[in-house]
Amino acid sequence: MSTAAAPVTKPTLLPCGQSALLVELGTIAAVLAADGAVRRAVEGASPGSPWAEVVDVVPAAQTLLVTLRATSALSPLRRTLGDLLVGLDVTQNLVSDDQVVQIAVHYDGPDLTDVARLCGLRTAEVVTLHTAAPWRVAFGGFAPGFAYLTGGDARLEVARRPEPRTTVPAGAVGLAGSFSGIYPRPSPGGWQLIGTTEATLWDVDRDPPALLRPGWSVQFVDAGAT
Amino acid sequence: MSGALTVARTGFPVLVQDLGRPGLAAIGVGASGAADRGALTFGSRLLANPETTAGLEITLGGFEATIAGTQTLALTGAVAPATLDGRPVPFAAPFTARHGQRLVLGVPALGLRTYLSVRGGITVDPVLGSRSTDVLSGVGPPPLTTGSTVPVGDPACTGFPCLDVAPVSPPPAMLTLGVDLGPRHDWFDDPLSLARRLWTVSSQSNRVGIRLEGQPLTRSSACLGRELPSEGVVLGAVQVPSSGLPVVFLADHPVTGGYPVIGVVRSTDLDRAAQARPGQTVRFHIHESR
Repeated sequence: MSTAAAPVTKPTLLPCGQSALLVELGTIAAVLAADGAVRRAVEGASPGSPWAEVVDVVPAAQTLLVTLRATSALSPLRRTLGDLLVGLDVTQNLVSDDQVVQIAVHYDGPDLTDVARLCGLRTAEVVTLHTAAPWRVAFGGFAPGFAYLTGGDARLEVARRPEPRTTVPAGAVGLAGSFSGIYPRPSPGGWQLIGTTEATLWDVDRDPPALLRPGWSVQFVDAGAT
Repeated sequence: MSGALTVARTGFPVLVQDLGRPGLAAIGVGASGAADRGALTFGSRLLANPETTAGLEITLGGFEATIAGTQTLALTGAVAPATLDGRPVPFAAPFTARHGQRLVLGVPALGLRTYLSVRGGITVDPVLGSRSTDVLSGVGPPPLTTGSTVPVGDPACTGFPCLDVAPVSPPPAMLTLGVDLGPRHDWFDDPLSLARRLWTVSSQSNRVGIRLEGQPLTRSSACLGRELPSEGVVLGAVQVPSSGLPVVFLADHPVTGGYPVIGVVRSTDLDRAAQARPGQTVRFHIHESR
């Protein structure tokens, strides 16, 4: 259920084209520690340093992507990033606060029966487990307003669909691996869809535009049939 | 505002595009921007617009617009026949349109995306620092359809380049894309087979990515059925879903993805990739890493 028990691996720098590096860190805790360290380095960068060339820092489940403006900064970044990661303290935990967002879900997704079959559960049990306890927002990515939710019941772990759908509707609630998530708007996607919500996950005219923020909790509520 | 363009007819929706909004990936907002950045900035240079000026990205032609105010325009990218009130206008060269005139753009014989630039730029309200429409995230101005009107700004400066026409080479029939392997090439049985096979651009391609058809790539035995935790992906990433058929990520690609990326297309080849048409043949050339 928690990734805390996973072994701490030595950070590995993987090639990612001519102007990016992908750092393999192994655990969410290590990713968020590295993310914080890289962001601090970027904010305090002096001109001419490879940190000054960083465009994006993208945390994910086990990796941190660092992209650059100029290909010429790639070799210096590899050295500087390597040095930074050697001294990384991965034991610092995720920041969390008490904000809980309730999201009502109609559990009528096209993959609900597949998920039940793959997990060895009845569909009613999938719903019960999904709504049993709050999930936590770990990080964003994939699409504006999309949040990777962790901390769910281990019995809901399920592989993505073998072939992603070209269009998944807005409000679709899905499972993939140990994560749950909600599609903020129609987009391609490979998650197993178990339900639908009317909540607005992303709105550029709202401040802040995203409904969910890292550190917050999400409590799903069964809203019955549509 | 010193004028406007009104879409009188279009096939595919027309998109306002500039150079996008880089730097927001951590909150799930991709860079977006013109799919063929070179073509858009070429149009800006022809009209002495700043490089960040927004123009219109027109997919597969079939476009008509009426012009309000006297405007200086330029067409770049996929070459298509174009007329102004029935008279031919040049490609990759500035031309003037008077108030009320109608610009008609035919279908390009080669390539996919034509850019219409106007001196002063398209000045719709920017969203999160850019006027680009991101079709994946929905960030940016809505796509333009028949009847849509967009404002044109005042020229940024009084200077004007003395350029009558600039040579443009047509896109090649066989598109070759340079690739650097990684980060997940070791998930594949034979990553070099990416470069040994010929691929066909699928009609399901869009600004998110070029979907390719061909003989599927196979995973290494150690990675069969394995799930990749979602991770950040870059422009030009060649992602391979479980089907084994690669997708080359373009301007509106997702910020993260959950399928292995076998390699990344070199940035110098991405503009040409963005002009690939459904049915066109693509091959990859793998650059040896040191």
